Amino acid sequence: MSRTAIIGAIQRGLKRGPLPADQAAMLRARLAAHPRHIIPARGTLPLPERVLLFTSYVEREFGTVARLPSLAAVPGAIAAYLAQQNLAPALVVSPHPDLAMLPFADLPLLKVRHGTSGPLDAVSLTHAFAGIAETGTLMLPSGPARPTSNNLLPDNAIVVLPAARIVGAYEDAFDLLRGEGAMPRNVMLVTGPSRSADIEQTLELGAHGPRRLHVLIIDGPG
Amino acid sequence: MLQTSDNFVDNARGAMADGGLQKALARARPQFAKKRLAATDKLPEFEALREVAKTIKNHAIANLDFYLETYAAAVEASGGVVHWCATAEDARRAVLKICRDAGAKTVTKGKSMVTEEIALNDFLEAHGVTPVETDLGEYVLQLRREPPSHIIGPAFHLNREDWESSFRKAHTDLPADRVFRERRDILTEARGRLRETFLTADVGITGANFLIAETGSSVIVTNEGNGDLTQTLPRVHVVVTGIEKVVPTIEDTLALLRVLARSATGQDMSVYTTFSTGGRRVGDPDGPEEYHVVLLDNGRSGMVGTQFQDMLRCIRCAACMNHCPVYGAVGGHAYGSTYPGPMGAVLTPMLLGVETAGHLPNASTFCGKCESVCPVKIPLPNLMRHWREREFERHLAPPAMRYGLAFWAFFARRPVLYRAATRLAALALGRLGAKAGRFSRLPFAAAWTKGRDFPAPEGDTFFAQYAARLRDRS
Repeated sequence: MSRTAIIGAIQRGLKRGPLPADQAAMLRARLAAHPRHIIPARGTLPLPERVLLFTSYVEREFGTVARLPSLAAVPGAIAAYLAQQNLAPALVVSPHPDLAMLPFADLPLLKVRHGTSGPLDAVSLTHAFAGIAETGTLMLPSGPARPTSNNLLPDNAIVVLPAARIVGAYEDAFDLLRGEGAMPRNVMLVTGPSRSADIEQTLELGAHGPRRLHVLIIDGPG
Repeated sequence: MLQTSDNFVDNARGAMADGGLQKALARARPQFAKKRLAATDKLPEFEALREVAKTIKNHAIANLDFYLETYAAAVEASGGVVHWCATAEDARRAVLKICRDAGAKTVTKGKSMVTEEIALNDFLEAHGVTPVETDLGEYVLQLRREPPSHIIGPAFHLNREDWESSFRKAHTDLPADRVFRERRDILTEARGRLRETFLTADVGITGANFLIAETGSSVIVTNEGNGDLTQTLPRVHVVVTGIEKVVPTIEDTLALLRVLARSATGQDMSVYTTFSTGGRRVGDPDGPEEYHVVLLDNGRSGMVGTQFQDMLRCIRCAACMNHCPVYGAVGGHAYGSTYPGPMGAVLTPMLLGVETAGHLPNASTFCGKCESVCPVKIPLPNLMRHWREREFERHLAPPAMRYGLAFWAFFARRPVLYRAATRLAALALGRLGAKAGRFSRLPFAAAWTKGRDFPAPEGDTFFAQYAARLRDRS
């Protein structure tokens, strides 16, 4: 069988049989402790600087950012953004509890559908699990409240991110995720809108995923 | 792909005379190095992270059996299936069986060099399954039936007019007189085409940049988002990858990610870095129901414990080829192998045999640039030298080269004679070429002087000058 053959060939190359029990125990301890390596200094800033660094990197990667005082300001900010980008006032909203409570009813012109995005949805509103300052990266894990399709199919992705959830380094975000239990089926780290430089090494935004990425940072408690 | 590594010398000559290719190379070459430097300059910890990356990969390979078993157990615990494949044929069969069991007619593909290595597309097509490449560069190459010429920028050798003519030829249902005003129009047409395919495909195939033993996750890194659509929308997700991709933990992966994109495209981070673990969970609104990993050996386990073990650290960033003067002159197709450039010159003889690919390690000036930019510090020039030695030992090198080397070795082993002979040659050439300062033709060196002049030696040899200086100082 291939499995036995491959493992056998590796062990022959390493000039040993299966790993001795004490060494295997050491490796299992390393897996359990999952030690961190060097964290870049720019990934270790205090919260106010983290938010600024996160913002500057999102913008450098061709995303846009708006800071809002509370979740209640989200519908208005979306309406303004869609008008400014000359987009139709319609969006699909991920089934996240924080997003379900948004006062969309105040804006009757905005067509809101809650659920999973299909091929015809042009705008999505999703909820980020965390933001990572060191490169302006969003962590978007899958789950009942976070359909993966909503991160990918619409041409315009709007993402709600509480400022308090902006961490310094990738490792900090994964610590938060580990705190929630098992690894979700899918964890996307998203840095800016989709792009390709395959045609003559020239950058074009919106290859297969969203062409625009707009992050709404919520400063208040909600 | 059709492997033509044994034909490297002729391929290279053709590449040098190919105007379109030279135009593309001239455009790309300066960009590659500039972008990497800009990114690494902004991260003071970058050099220290290269050492960390090297240590992590060495640790993973020194315990590869343990981490592969741990990884496989974690995949199975999260509901996935691992298919261990010793050979390319095993891997092709495994993928075909998954496609047949799923009743698949069309499969979408994210960019994967391992599926190029095992020539998966031709095999699937021959067995009634249509593979569709979704990476923009891979898509145009599939239309043109060309292999990639670069491991991360597969179609960088094409010019805009090549893209346009390929699209016109393939998308015949669109108006023949449509105008591509900008590059954006080319992109938009491909995006529209592939959207339909994403939504109807039964199986999605991706590669993996890393496999994580701790969690049983596979990680892909893309900028377009095509890999994510490929693995999210179809009912079945198949990961096809090599056994050397396994690393212990998420933290190890993150350290490697910090050097990967910076070395590859000069980005701090690629747009989409995605961790996949098993199939759809209870309550998940989307995602594939089945998750398979096809784990390929294909010669890799044979590198463990040899001088080529260092090569298993490779994370396929392409920095070595981006900085290689030989690759920069001939491009990727000339190598005639799945993996071009310095990393390809080391890996290909391992995959195809030194008889077929023994030429490739000669395609180096040993300038050392590849090793100096490698994020996991693979001693590429040294490994190419090992292959050259093997090629020579096995009498695979052409006679002229063997006699030439034997002639040189005779003198090199006799330092007194060597110095006397080189001194005589330098003096004679210096006198003969004193007027012009260079030679446009030299006996036994026609191949060299055909492309450039040979400078006439000025003064004495290095050894003679060095000895004279030592004498002066004392």
